[in-house]
Amino acid sequence: MHFKKKAAILLTLAMVSSSLVGCSGGNSTAPSASSGNTASSASAEQTQAKPSQFDWKKYSGTTLKVYFVQHFCSAPIIAKLSEFEDKTGIKVEHTVTPEANYFDKVSTSLSSRSGDPDVFMSGAYQLWDYSSAGYVDDLSNYTSDAGATSSDYDFDDFVPSVVNALKWDGTAGHKVGSGQLLGLPLMSEIYTLSYNTRAFKQLNLQVPKTLDELADVSKKLKNWNGTGSYGLAIRGARDWGTIHPGYMSTYSNFGASDFAIEDGKLVSKVNSPEAVKMTTYWTNLVKTGCAPGWSSYTWYDCSADLGAGKAAMMLDSDSVGVQQNWKGASQEAGNLAWATIPVVKEGDTPKSNFWTWALAMNSASKNKGAAWYFIQYFTSKDFAKYATIEKNSLDPCRESVINSSEYEKKMSAQTGYLESFKATIDNSTILFTPQPSFFETTTNWAATLQDIVAGKYSNVQAGMDDLKKKMDKAVEDVDVG
Amino acid sequence: MPSEGKNIPVNYNEIPRTIKRRPYYIITPGMIVLIGILIPFILAIFLSFTNYSFKSMHWRFVGVRNWTDMLTNVDFYHALLITLIYAVSATVVQMVLGTVIALLLKKDTLYSKVLKVLFTFPLMVAPAIAVLIWQLMTSNTVGVLEKFLNVFGVFNFPWASSYKTSMFTAVLIDTWVNTPFILLLVLAGIQSLPKSPFEAAQVDGASAWFTFKTLTFPMLKPFMYIALLFRLMAALQEFGVIFSLSKGGPGDSLMNISLTAYMTAFKYSRVGVAMPYLLVLWVIINYSAKAIVNRQRKLARQAQGL
Repeated sequence: MHFKKKAAILLTLAMVSSSLVGCSGGNSTAPSASSGNTASSASAEQTQAKPSQFDWKKYSGTTLKVYFVQHFCSAPIIAKLSEFEDKTGIKVEHTVTPEANYFDKVSTSLSSRSGDPDVFMSGAYQLWDYSSAGYVDDLSNYTSDAGATSSDYDFDDFVPSVVNALKWDGTAGHKVGSGQLLGLPLMSEIYTLSYNTRAFKQLNLQVPKTLDELADVSKKLKNWNGTGSYGLAIRGARDWGTIHPGYMSTYSNFGASDFAIEDGKLVSKVNSPEAVKMTTYWTNLVKTGCAPGWSSYTWYDCSADLGAGKAAMMLDSDSVGVQQNWKGASQEAGNLAWATIPVVKEGDTPKSNFWTWALAMNSASKNKGAAWYFIQYFTSKDFAKYATIEKNSLDPCRESVINSSEYEKKMSAQTGYLESFKATIDNSTILFTPQPSFFETTTNWAATLQDIVAGKYSNVQAGMDDLKKKMDKAVEDVDVG
Repeated sequence: MPSEGKNIPVNYNEIPRTIKRRPYYIITPGMIVLIGILIPFILAIFLSFTNYSFKSMHWRFVGVRNWTDMLTNVDFYHALLITLIYAVSATVVQMVLGTVIALLLKKDTLYSKVLKVLFTFPLMVAPAIAVLIWQLMTSNTVGVLEKFLNVFGVFNFPWASSYKTSMFTAVLIDTWVNTPFILLLVLAGIQSLPKSPFEAAQVDGASAWFTFKTLTFPMLKPFMYIALLFRLMAALQEFGVIFSLSKGGPGDSLMNISLTAYMTAFKYSRVGVAMPYLLVLWVIINYSAKAIVNRQRKLARQAQGL
């Protein structure tokens, strides 16, 4: 009996330890990060065996797995999936996940190295994380391959600033714009001021051009549409999304930066005089002109309040406001208009941070050829036009769509939209310093901003000093090359 | 006592193999469950000594660095404090409310039957949905609670958006969702109590308070301990209500251990760093559960005069 007891214990231990070995095998069996960063042998095999002519049916019979976020730019893709399947013979299995949980799902799937999903939607910030770990393929290997890319794809038609936002050389602290192409864009957004013309007429106010005017007008617009209505909708939830739209754009307009490289290390600059001045301004703006429940506000809440006539203005994405202004889309549809983001002093060039939803390829995908066909099809000129003109997916990333008469006509009813877009786009880029701990640093930033607004710190400087310590800790192991 | 009818062989070698194997068949499902529990647990301990991260395909052992980092981090003690404050306040409020409501509804009248159905409604709502309902109710513009407070001259009550009220709001929602659980357990306890001691007390003219103090409460204690055990364990690992409500904010006001571990593992991809937090939480829950069970056993022994 004793022997059997021992044998049972040994068997159990053997099972547990074999599972552990299986789990920890990542060290020896996983492909190296560098191999993940380039088109791997699998893709090379698929792309090297290129036919003399591009053939949409080359990967017929393949099944692709694709992750989408719930967004107005993924809806047109889903609507056209059957058309893609008919054209290529590739079957697509897809999932749609709300934004709040989307990246958790993508991160865990990519880290499993199972090759699932083959293609996924991502923003540039997330791609910094994923490319550092070698989870995404460099798409320039495909765009430059005539055998893998249809002759009418026209890569040069992409808006340069949008494509540049998705390029990074993988070195923390180096700006975006060069290096690997980590994704191809579906849409982009810049940050402008959306406002309700009815509110401004009602109180005989001028649309603010400077930040001082913005603060003043926001205060005056309190209760403009009855009790509970307020001046300005801005994000405030405890996540990175709070920092990157209006806050980061304004932060940069004040001349502040998030990080600098000092003595070969990334060092947070959030407690610099410019940063503290800007955050002091922002804190007062939140307290006097924004929603009482600001600290729970995401872009959904901001745009919903603008459409419902609760907020008179919104400092956020230019495109989400438009979704409230289509005929019949909201209570205030038809009353919304756009202006450039308010600047420190009149005459300053409006600068905006940048966001783009893109399609990226899992470097562990076992169907890279088919995955590239998917990305190619849904970032093509024809599809971009369809998504923008027929499905309201704004802002397009292709010059041919932006300059088309159909787009001009479509957006002509959106007062000031194209004007503010054109005045801002050339000065817009990703204003954050690329680094792989982006989410940790920006979530800490949002939490500290909430703390400052709530009065937890004796003053803004104390809050930003504390934040600097947390950010420095988060990037202490980051290699800046 | 010798069995009748069947001859059971006394020699082990004479026992048929199918009968000999029975214990193994019986124990197999238990073993599978045990292994299923042990694997993630042992893996968690193992990972707590590595720098395993979703951001990198390579990991290495870092010794006790994750543990010392956690123990020297002020945020850990803050998270620990929030975990305990939340768990204790939510459990106490829910225990008191659940017991009081159960006592009020113990009579089997039509009125109490209807109320029982109404009170158990929140149990059928997922915590995330409950939070959405409460977010609507507490909205400063359209919320029914705001309108109610306006009557008393209170405007723009900050609910989950202020440091001062976020804990109160989270515990309030948790109480709405989970008090019916206590109510059901205590009600089941009340209905299983013997009738004769209460009839005797009634004949003797004992007051309602005296009856409660000397009969109902002592006899209900075992049921209350079970309710307390389950609620405290769940409240210590609270995640759903707080995450859906404010993601731990404003600031770090609701960042308990579960949320801190989740953020570290899934948002910041530092799985190795998150593991010590979860293991500490496991120790706290295990210790609390053991303390409650031991106390309950002690009371049971006392009741038996042992």
